[in-house]
Amino acid sequence: MIIHHPILGPRDAQEFVYLGDASLIDRPDGMTAGVEEFHDYLYQRTNPAGEHQELWYHEQGDRSWLVVTRNTVTHEITKVELARDVARARGRTK
Amino acid sequence: MRYSGFRVIAEALTGHKGWKPVWRDPTPQAEYDYIIIGGGGHGLATAYYLAKEFKQSRIAVLEKGYLGGGNVGRNTTIIRSNYLLDGNEPFYEFSLKLWEGLEQDFNYNAMVSQRGIINLIHTDAQRDAATRRGNAMIMHGADARLLSRDEVRQMYPWLNFDNARFPIKGALMQPRGGTVRHDAVAWGYARGADQRGVDLIQNCEVTGMRIENGRIKGVETTRGYIGAKKVGVAVAGSSSKVMAHAGMRLPIESHVLQAFVSEGLKPLIDGVMTFGAGHFYVSQSDKGGLVFGGDIDGYNSYAQRGNLPVIEDVAEGGMALMPAIGRVRLLRTWGGIMDMSMDGSPFIDKTHVEGLYFNGGWCYGGFKATPASGWCFAHLMAKDEPHKTATAYRLDRFRKGLMIDEKGQGAQPNLH
Repeated sequence: MIIHHPILGPRDAQEFVYLGDASLIDRPDGMTAGVEEFHDYLYQRTNPAGEHQELWYHEQGDRSWLVVTRNTVTHEITKVELARDVARARGRTK
Repeated sequence: MRYSGFRVIAEALTGHKGWKPVWRDPTPQAEYDYIIIGGGGHGLATAYYLAKEFKQSRIAVLEKGYLGGGNVGRNTTIIRSNYLLDGNEPFYEFSLKLWEGLEQDFNYNAMVSQRGIINLIHTDAQRDAATRRGNAMIMHGADARLLSRDEVRQMYPWLNFDNARFPIKGALMQPRGGTVRHDAVAWGYARGADQRGVDLIQNCEVTGMRIENGRIKGVETTRGYIGAKKVGVAVAGSSSKVMAHAGMRLPIESHVLQAFVSEGLKPLIDGVMTFGAGHFYVSQSDKGGLVFGGDIDGYNSYAQRGNLPVIEDVAEGGMALMPAIGRVRLLRTWGGIMDMSMDGSPFIDKTHVEGLYFNGGWCYGGFKATPASGWCFAHLMAKDEPHKTATAYRLDRFRKGLMIDEKGQGAQPNLH
């Protein structure tokens, strides 16, 4: 698989480490969220067959975190964004 | 029809005209007592044991494609019970004992071959861990032996013992481990279930579940609605898709695991060998091909095919361990979809819907578990309480802090 890095251009997926579903960006607030919310955040996955947003880390490159939109049935990658931008768009400040 | 040596001779003398189809092709009835979703190894074993051991009737198995067309036909056929943790070892030892009597039990040649499995050791720390695991196995009634470097050398003199990074220092052996003809397991269970009146319904995909007042009423399928008192789901690889029909999210990711077969060779490896440090394991089939594999690809996938980096990685592992295979040609590769759970261990449990039961999360260890998984799932569905070897496989174990994490990797499915 080739991941089209927003800054570095086309890079082989071998250079990256895979973390998982991009919902991991949305960590609950540790001061207000309860056990149930953290349980669901850490352990439960939607695991779709089809389009999936996921976190890849460019370990063998510029060490950026990316949000890759990829089809889990065909492995086709349709969108690659910096995770930083995605998190900010979702209201995270850092 | 019972199979026997006499039967083979009699058929040989009469032109093989007496063989009949091994199972029926029934049309679905309007309602059953038990519906098992998934006509793979685990689903067929569940139906077989429900009928045979728990004396239940009016059972159907619904299969989207054809019987045994999923992971039971795509694995590397290894059986073993070399686990460490209390939640796992009694279950897998129960499974190995069932394997040992399986062919007599269902009157079908599954080519169960207890040729022994060894896990190679390269460091003192690994030897300590292997000793501990071997002792845990023995305490649970399984068998284990710690092999010295010389004993391993006697078995496989052509291994690369002096690899600079991973020199071979010994191995943990389970002599009762081995291999089984994987397709024959599905066929044997299917035939045994069919003989006991189970309807095996193929080309029948479940497209929805009818749930009223928290109770399962039946399933919508591509062959119409089928009612059921109890529904069991055994569709590892697609668990999240099917359980979504009941509104459930699972602690599971689907990942692709590749496997490989080389061209046929003269006898080289008489047992099963794992080279964990190099992410490689291998056995030799009765046809002579080396059957081997390594890690999962590591990203969510439902594609049943992997990518080249893992093929390269596995080939490198093989070459590091066995330089002699350098000129062996690869015959074919394929991929299967694994339910990778959050602690690397499976689930056999009830759900929040009354009458709906779940079996899945087998990671890449589902094949060896087939008989015990079927038995324990049938036990749970028939008696509404877990079998004594499967009490730890609960869906709520993460909420309660009761993970069964053999590798200690935490909630990162692609590392188990």
